[in-house]
Order: sequence, then C-alpha cells, then structure tokens
Amino acid sequence: MRAYVAIFEARFRALLQYRAAALAGLATQVFWGLVRVMIFTAFYASSTGAQPMTLPEVITYVWLTQALLMMLPWRPDPDVEQLIRSGNVAYELVRPVDLHGLWLARAVAQRTAPVLLRCLPMVVLAYSVFGMAGPAGPLPALAFAVSLCATVALSAALTALLSVSTFFTLTGRGLHSLVIGVLNLMSGAIIPLPLLPEWIQPLVRVLPFRGLLDTPFRLYMGHLPPEAALQAVGHQLLWTVLLVLAGRWLLARALRRVVVQGG
Amino acid sequence: MAQIVVEDLRKRFVVAERRAGMLGALAGVVRRRHRVVEALAGVGFRVDEGELVGYIGPNGAGKSTTVKVLAGILVPDGGRCEVQGRVPWLERVEHVARIGVVFGQRTQLWWDLPVVESFELLREIYRVDRQQYRVRLDALVNALDVGAVLDVPVRQLSLGQRMRCDVVAALLHAPQLLFLDEPTIGLDAPAKLAVREFVRRLNRERGTTVILTTHDMDDIEALCSRVVVIDHGRISCDGSLDHLRERAGVGRRIIVDLERDEPLAPTDARVVSREGTRVVLAFDPVRTPAAALVARITREHAVRDLFVENPPIEEIVARLYGEADARGEAEPRPEPREDPS
Ligand SMILES: Nc1ncnc2c1ncn2[C@@H]1O[C@H](COP(=O)(O)OP(=O)(O)OP(=O)(O)O)[C@@H](O)[C@H]1O
Ligand SMILES: [Mg+2]
Repeated sequence: MRAYVAIFEARFRALLQYRAAALAGLATQVFWGLVRVMIFTAFYASSTGAQPMTLPEVITYVWLTQALLMMLPWRPDPDVEQLIRSGNVAYELVRPVDLHGLWLARAVAQRTAPVLLRCLPMVVLAYSVFGMAGPAGPLPALAFAVSLCATVALSAALTALLSVSTFFTLTGRGLHSLVIGVLNLMSGAIIPLPLLPEWIQPLVRVLPFRGLLDTPFRLYMGHLPPEAALQAVGHQLLWTVLLVLAGRWLLARALRRVVVQGG
Repeated sequence: MAQIVVEDLRKRFVVAERRAGMLGALAGVVRRRHRVVEALAGVGFRVDEGELVGYIGPNGAGKSTTVKVLAGILVPDGGRCEVQGRVPWLERVEHVARIGVVFGQRTQLWWDLPVVESFELLREIYRVDRQQYRVRLDALVNALDVGAVLDVPVRQLSLGQRMRCDVVAALLHAPQLLFLDEPTIGLDAPAKLAVREFVRRLNRERGTTVILTTHDMDDIEALCSRVVVIDHGRISCDGSLDHLRERAGVGRRIIVDLERDEPLAPTDARVVSREGTRVVLAFDPVRTPAAALVARITREHAVRDLFVENPPIEEIVARLYGEADARGEAEPRPEPREDPS
C-alpha cells in the first residue's frame, strides 16, 4: 500500500507544478461558463413549458461543471500513454507492484491535482459574482462531499481503463474521440442531465457517466434529496468496481500479448 | 546452482505492414498484410550463480527480446525459462523484486523529479528498509560518483550521468541477478570505464550474476569470462573468449617490420597484408608455436621490429556474425528495423 501512496504523492506533487497552465485553463473555463450561462438564460426566457430544473439551479450546475471539469476522464493518463507508446512501460513491468493498482494511484492524482488548482478560485468567483448558489443545506453538503469522493474513484477507474486501452489502440485516436463525445453528453458536462429528453433518461440512469458530474451536483442542490444519496453513491461505487475489474481483465490480456515497443 | 535455465525459447512478432503511398494506405484499410518476425527461434543456455556473461549479436538478433523474457516483461510463445527457480511472467511480482534491470536506451527514473526522489520512490516500491537504503545508497553513490547530481531533475542530466543514476536505481534493492541491456551505449570513455569497473566489482565482490548485452567489444573483453552469441534468434556460439577465437578461426597475428623490402612467406603462416616493409601474418598457435615461428623468421630475415597479437575481438565477432549469415541464407531474414534500437 505504501508504494501506491508514494506514487500518488509523487505524481500529485509533480502535477501541482503546472500552475501557469492551470491559470490559463481557469480563464478559459470562466469564459465558457459565462457563455453557457447566457445560452441557458436565453433558452429559459423563450421557453414556455415547465422545465425539470429552475434557471438558478441550472446556473449553479453550470458553474460546478466548470469548476470540476478536469475531474472527468477525458483521456488516458498522458504519462502512461507515453510509457506505452515509447516502450518505457518495460520499466513499469519490472517493478514488484500491481500494474493496474499503480496506474489507478496515478489516475487519482491526475484527476485531483489539476482540479484542486482551479476549482477554488473558480468557485469563489462564481459564488460571489456569477450567481452560483451554495449547497442546499448541511446534509446535502455532506452528501455532495461523499459523492464527490466516489466521483474521483469512478473517474480514476475510467482513466486507468483508458490507459490500458492504449495498448490496443497505439495508432488510432478513434476510441478517444468517442469517449469525449460520450462523456460530454452522458455526464451532464454540456447539458444538465435532467434537461435531456425523456426517452434517453433510462440509458443515462444506467450508465456510469452520470456519476462523474450529475450525481454529486444534484445532491449539492438538493435536487436529489439526501435520502437518495445512498443509492446514488451506490451506483457510483458499483460502476467503479466494475470498471476496475474490466481494467484488470483488459490489462491481463494486454500483458499476455503485449509488445513492448523498441529494443 | 543454475540461476537461469532457458530451453528452446521462442517468440515471434506479427507486424502489420503499411504499404507505401496513398493507394497503399487505402488498401491497408481493407486488408492489412502481416509479416512474421521470428525474434527467438529456439534459444537455450544456462547461467550459474556468480557468472558474468556477455550476450552479443548483430542488430535485431534477439538480445533485447531475450532480456525482456528473462525479466518477465514479455511472454514467449514457447520453450522453457526459469530464473531463480521461477517462471518470470507467471510470478512477475515475486520475480522482479529479486532482479535488477537496466535498459540503456531508456530510463526508469521519473523525468520531472530530482534523482534522489526517484530513489526514494524506488525504496518504497521495493520496500527497502530505511537504514539499509541509506547504507546502500551511500555506497552506490560513491562507487558511481553521482553525489553531485542527486538533487538535479532527471531531464537535466547528461546521458552519462543519467546512465550511472539508472545503474544505482537498479541496485537499490540489492538484487542477486542483474540484466544490463546496452548499459554503455552513447557514453564517453571515462563514463564507460566507470560503469565497467563498477560492474566488475559488483560481480567479483558481491557475487552478483550479470547478463550484459552490448555492441562494445571492449566491454566484453574487459568483463566477460563467457560470451553467448545470438544471431537470427538462435545461439550460434557459447563459451570463453578463447573458444570464440577458435571458432572464428582467425588465429593469432604476427606483425613483422623488415629491414629490406624482401619476400616473406613462411609455410605455416598466412600473409594477411603487406605494406612496404610491414608484413602481417596469421597463424594457428596450436599447430605452430609462436616462439618457433618468431625464431625462424628472425633467423632467415633481417627484422627491425616484430610483435605478436590476438586479433581484435571486433574482427572475431564480425567473422562469427558473417558465418551465421551465410548459414542463415536459406531462411527468411528479418527485415531491417525501423527504430534505431
Ligand atoms: N515490439 C516489436 N514488434 C515487432 N517486432 C519486434 C518488436 N520487438 C522486436 N522485434 C523484432 O524482433 C527482432 C529482435 O529484436 P531485438 O530487439 O531483440 O534485437 P536486439 O538483438 O536487441 O537488437 P539491437 O542490437 O539492435 O538492440 C528484430 O527483428 C525486431 O525487429
Ligand atoms: Mg537491443
């Protein structure tokens, strides 16, 4: 266990060094947040029917999304991807540790450090200037915090799975653009999930992706009552376990036929 | 006791061939052509505890592939392989905890961390106790003279510094078995000597078994009592350097500087070259004792200078590689590789 913690710490510290990139990213994310809020405001002004979410709820949802965007498993761990492409994965394999566990530890760092750098200033700004609301109460806040931890686990499991898939898609970028599309739609990153059409909701509810943003956000806003937290977090954790198992299975297969690139 | 037992090891790679040009690329979408490279075609050898074995062969012969299998990184297609009583790829974690590996063309240090922090991470990964780690690190840092760069991020190190740090990294857990795949590649003469001297002492003083892959024949000559030659995925020669010389049949050399430009052609030696008054002769030291030959030449000719030497190992190796090429003519040869390794 110590080894995995050490790897996490090293990676985490290394990622915290990228402050300039974080600052630039922060500016972009604030900009897009404003654009999205404007679009939703216009949409609510022109729509007549009742919506499943109020405009202030949507605005809070949007700002939470912007703050935690980097937590989504957009792509494999770039380091691991590089290790596999260059063949340096050879050295990962001569270490007496479980490879998937190692990559999971790195993925946790990958999904938390950049967020940590950006989310605090973003939340302060959005809360004080751009109309983001606080949590619906102490219980929703607690449910949000618990669910957010599950989000990190889920996202890391997906990231590790994507990293492993690099073994099979050395040259193709196809899979990764597919992932980006699915994530955007199914996690609530572009449109809050309650606003999606009725017919797609059953699919959204089953798939793991809502656990990446939508679940913690709705707990935060009280849109999901705290009593529903247990089930919601259960869904996140169940998928985490499934994705870890899938990642391990795929890695075992990859290692049987693995081709470590280069001499 | 045998540390490594390898029998009839086989590994083939299937490489998807890209066709040249636009049309080729289009055809590739429909149907990919595959080419099979037989990297290991039945390799076998044993290595005993405390041996220092040179593992040599031309580019693409299968050296790195063998090392990867022995290190548990690559699963072979067939054959037997046991290292310290374990099958490397089946018990990877237990296996790699007891070996050290250096791939000269890569680094196992974390690119953006100072060297010493990489070492600390390895300490955690190999669960080396803090006290032992201190002692070992001090000894290694002294022996390889890397004390000055410990706080430098790895990406800022020169190749020689990095390589020495990599050797330290591979030995922090004090493995009894060390694989070195081209550890002196790209190093300047002093750095080479430092690594060489260190490996020698590691083997002599600590009894560490070492498998050394290299294209630098000076490494081999300086270090290895035993040399295994691999070519086209097969072992073509296994024995001492002397055995290698015998196999290559290049004999010994005698170089004669004559006083006058006169013919010199003893019956039991072959003239290799002649340039003015300098004649190079090759002879078989078993059939013709060097002393007798020298005595005869100096008696019959006016000699200014004369010396006897072993032919450079490069020549022996070139001869051996060429020989294997001639034998392998009938088989499909692996094509030249794209990457420089
Ligand atoms: N990942 C791979 N995919 C396809 N073919 C490979 C791969 N790795 C090695 N090979 C092939 O296997 C053969 C042996 O390669 P290997 O790397 O073992 O050679 P080597 O003896 O280490 O050569 P060098 O002296 O150039 O390092 C080569 O023909 C090479 O093209
Ligand atoms: Mg090689």
